[in-house]
Amino acid sequence: MKKRTALGITLFGLAVHSQAVFAAEELNVVCSAEQSWCDLMVAGFEEQTGVEVAMVRKSTGEALAQVRAESKNPKIDVWWGGTGDPHLIAASEGLTQASGVDTTDLLGWSVNLSNISDGKTVGIYAGALGLAYNSELLSEKNMKAPACWKDLVDVQYAGEIQVANPNSSGTAYTELATFVQLFGEDEAFSLLADIGKNVNQYTKSGSAPSKAAGRGETAISIGFMHDMVKLASSGFPLVIVAPCEGTGYEVGAVSIIDKAKNLESAKKWVQYSLDPATQSRSVEVGAYQVPSNSKSTVAPESPDLATIKLIDYDFATYGSTDTRERLLSRWDADVKNAPKN
Amino acid sequence: MKNKSLLWLLFGATGACLLPWYALEDGFWAFTWIRSLSDPEYPSALVLILEQSHWWLMPPLVALVAGFIAIMLPMGRKGLSRMLIAVSLLGSFFVIVQGFAIGLNEPKIFLSLLEGSSAANGQPGLGVGAIMLIASFLYLLTIGIAGLKKGTADIFIIGLIGTIITLVGVFVFFPIAHVLITAFETADGGYGASRFFSRYFSGEVWGLNCLVGDGVCGPAINSVFLATMTGVGTTLLGLTFALIATRTRFRAKRLLRILTVLPIITPPFVIGLALILLFGRAGVVTEWSYALFDIEKSRWLYGFTGVYLSQLLSFTPIAFLVMIGVVEGVSPSMEEASQTMRATQWQTFTQVSLPLMRPGLANAFLLGFIESLADFGNPLVLGGDFSVLSTEIYFAIVGAVADTSRAAVLGMVLLTLTITAFLFQRWWLGKKSYATVTGKADSGQNSGLNSGLKWACYLVAIPWAVFTAIVYCMIVYGSFVKLWGYDNSFTLEHYISTFGVKTEGGLRFVGSAWDSYITTLQIASIAAPLTALLGLLTAYVLVRQRFAGKDLFEFSTMLSFAIPGTVVGISYILAFNVPPIELTGTGIILIIAFMFRNMPVGVRGGIAAMSQLDKSLDEASITLGANSFTTLRRVIAPLLGPAILAALIYSFVRAITSVSAVIFLVSAKHNMATSFIVGRVENGEFGIAIAYSTVLIITMLAAILLLQLIVGKRKLRKDTRVQNTENKTRLVQANI
Repeated sequence: MKKRTALGITLFGLAVHSQAVFAAEELNVVCSAEQSWCDLMVAGFEEQTGVEVAMVRKSTGEALAQVRAESKNPKIDVWWGGTGDPHLIAASEGLTQASGVDTTDLLGWSVNLSNISDGKTVGIYAGALGLAYNSELLSEKNMKAPACWKDLVDVQYAGEIQVANPNSSGTAYTELATFVQLFGEDEAFSLLADIGKNVNQYTKSGSAPSKAAGRGETAISIGFMHDMVKLASSGFPLVIVAPCEGTGYEVGAVSIIDKAKNLESAKKWVQYSLDPATQSRSVEVGAYQVPSNSKSTVAPESPDLATIKLIDYDFATYGSTDTRERLLSRWDADVKNAPKN
Repeated sequence: MKNKSLLWLLFGATGACLLPWYALEDGFWAFTWIRSLSDPEYPSALVLILEQSHWWLMPPLVALVAGFIAIMLPMGRKGLSRMLIAVSLLGSFFVIVQGFAIGLNEPKIFLSLLEGSSAANGQPGLGVGAIMLIASFLYLLTIGIAGLKKGTADIFIIGLIGTIITLVGVFVFFPIAHVLITAFETADGGYGASRFFSRYFSGEVWGLNCLVGDGVCGPAINSVFLATMTGVGTTLLGLTFALIATRTRFRAKRLLRILTVLPIITPPFVIGLALILLFGRAGVVTEWSYALFDIEKSRWLYGFTGVYLSQLLSFTPIAFLVMIGVVEGVSPSMEEASQTMRATQWQTFTQVSLPLMRPGLANAFLLGFIESLADFGNPLVLGGDFSVLSTEIYFAIVGAVADTSRAAVLGMVLLTLTITAFLFQRWWLGKKSYATVTGKADSGQNSGLNSGLKWACYLVAIPWAVFTAIVYCMIVYGSFVKLWGYDNSFTLEHYISTFGVKTEGGLRFVGSAWDSYITTLQIASIAAPLTALLGLLTAYVLVRQRFAGKDLFEFSTMLSFAIPGTVVGISYILAFNVPPIELTGTGIILIIAFMFRNMPVGVRGGIAAMSQLDKSLDEASITLGANSFTTLRRVIAPLLGPAILAALIYSFVRAITSVSAVIFLVSAKHNMATSFIVGRVENGEFGIAIAYSTVLIITMLAAILLLQLIVGKRKLRKDTRVQNTENKTRLVQANI
């Protein structure tokens, strides 16, 4: 008798009985930036406020899926980092709440994000989209360095370009939306299909192409320039190009989850993450994004947004579900299976 | 029967009257609930009814009281059984209904009935008291069912079946139902079948365009092709290794065994990364063959070939673990009988030994097939444009267009494939008997392999083992170089940043990986024994007992294995985030997810091993007066040494290395190693990922050796040496 009980009861007892502690000065953070940056943020916040932070790193897609699934009884208080689109989706679905943070010192693109979302999400950093090529591979194969988006259709790059699939990657969706805003929809798709002839693989993850370019698995990659700077500064032979036609950018964001259990600490976190002193430290962990507070210091290696020709990226339009679905299904039809050179 | 019923009634009453009804915020193991005996903050059901007018808790308690009355009444066995069944069904029904009716913050159903009452504020999830009450109802039910049967019905067996069904129901069917419902969601938020069918059968999923011209096949077709190839490949390799390990006098068996176990303890992505560094366009082998033979550097690795190669590397060990128990178990007396009748070694092998290994072959293939279908890490790293269901499902959930409904439909497709494979396996095994461990005396010499087969085995296994070894050397090497694949200067910084310790001011673990490392080990060591126990008990019930709905029962235990981890992860969040069962954010949810995901391996291994044990062993034990429980413990369990070991090792290792299910279940307080590693890989910090993986591999190796010591080796026969004609005289002398 007793042994049988052991199985049934232990399992059930175990199962239902352990609940996390929610004391007053605690904060649960899901972080969608790089691990080392997340660690730095947590350490700084704990030191400054004494709040005990529990942090887990998840990619933006995973974080959004979890916030959605937990919406009735959220276990996360604040979602920090990661590209702005999913934060905007969360805001429009009512999954996040306004933080009421003061935005006077923030740069335009950051305030813009806050305005679109009724204050539910705020921009913390920005990074421009760009090209990178492996200089060793390029000279070995006697290829010319690309300078513009349109250079990529050149047949000399056949099988040498790698970019992510916009169906799975926010980075690649930003690229798609940038092309549409730069060239108009029809021309954008024909250009993408032409570039597609040279693409060797549409990767799942947005940061994969640049890593492949760094290691020489592909010659040219499309992705965010701050990722490329980080790879180049860690020793890979990558050269970064800001395309001559101009380019789009992402804005990383922070949001407080709706029904957060530790609202006060969450607000402190948002305040802390916009503080110039905090933002200026990001370079310590090789995060070369441009910080959103005008008083923060920008790392010299960071891609200088002032010298890059940036388009006036329309987050409201291209972040909306309708536009997104339309563009993606057209991408599937026109670009995905385009014949290769 | 009355005594047992009384015991369970008292157990339930303790839960209802003394222990806290609701889940506690600081957890069971804080033992603050002990104070509940006096502290009003942790009220039992009885206190809740009396003092806080939680009248909806009355009916279950009334049912419990009715149970007490029933055993007091002078009634026949049948009458009492019926009463117990009625009482327990009603009681558990009331507990479940109230749990779902009143949610965390407000009532969910019966709104008009509950309006304005104390239910308006909602209630937390079920706690220890509620669990005890439900358990008592469950066992009263099984006692009742046993009482209705003729003859000496076995309460232990029925209780066991009841327990497993309940657990599988709560932790497999309940969450999965949440996700499957979304498969039938229509675009406007309603439910309907038409969209489901059009999506299920769509050409995007089942397309066959790759057969004509240069089109692309649908992920379902790709998955089936890959899984079949992997299933066949791993089974053959597993058989080869098992034959070498048991039927030859190969000298480096031990080394071979370690090599076959290595891939199973390797965290995801690592094999893929190593393959890229060997065979990628900038890989070592590619560079050499370019320099030496002028073979053009190409990207052949990305796509089917790469995924297939890495899956063979990853899953051969599972086939090996299943096969070795079975190959060992084939009784020498059968083989000797065959040889006495002048069959050659080759004939004996193909016509006696091999058919007797069928359960092993079938189970190994099924595991390989399903593992390949559900595999997520390898296709993600090496898949290129070769899309399979598991990755499609993942990106349907987390991609730029998050569409849970599409993910659920693809999940159904995957499930269909698994069911088909499962039925196919059943058909192939048929109804033959594979029992060869009979308890009768036999001489204990398995026949050796004929030399052709032996060399064929060596030719396959040795190059494969060398290849595996090279891949692992690359991995270890990678953890010590600065920038893997580019700057190959020696460094220790990856290890220091992950597992650094500082000694000043006491020992401090400053490395960034310590937290997740310790959590991972804790969770894996709790989950492993529970998983093995659950899996083997289920196998015992399946092999040794006959009951209605057995096939369905068997399939349901395989279900969670068949469903892709990502879907399991999401379904657990959906099901266990709100009362009545609130588990998200705890370590418990990870343990449970691992238990029910990895249990099928224990079940398959247990079934394969147990179908070799002749039923006369059980019967002998029962005849001598032992009950089922004693028989299981004293006769069956000791003969299942390898199966227990395999189940323990597998569940421990899987808890450490699985990634797709845990991605959604890890929380800030309970982060797992794989989720940490995946983050580093995403970031291109390969050195750190590899260093962490190396530490995990060493940890798991140590754990496996420890387990092997604890479980010990089963001794089927006095002497298990392999027969070998040249050495026969020596063997005979040794036997004397």
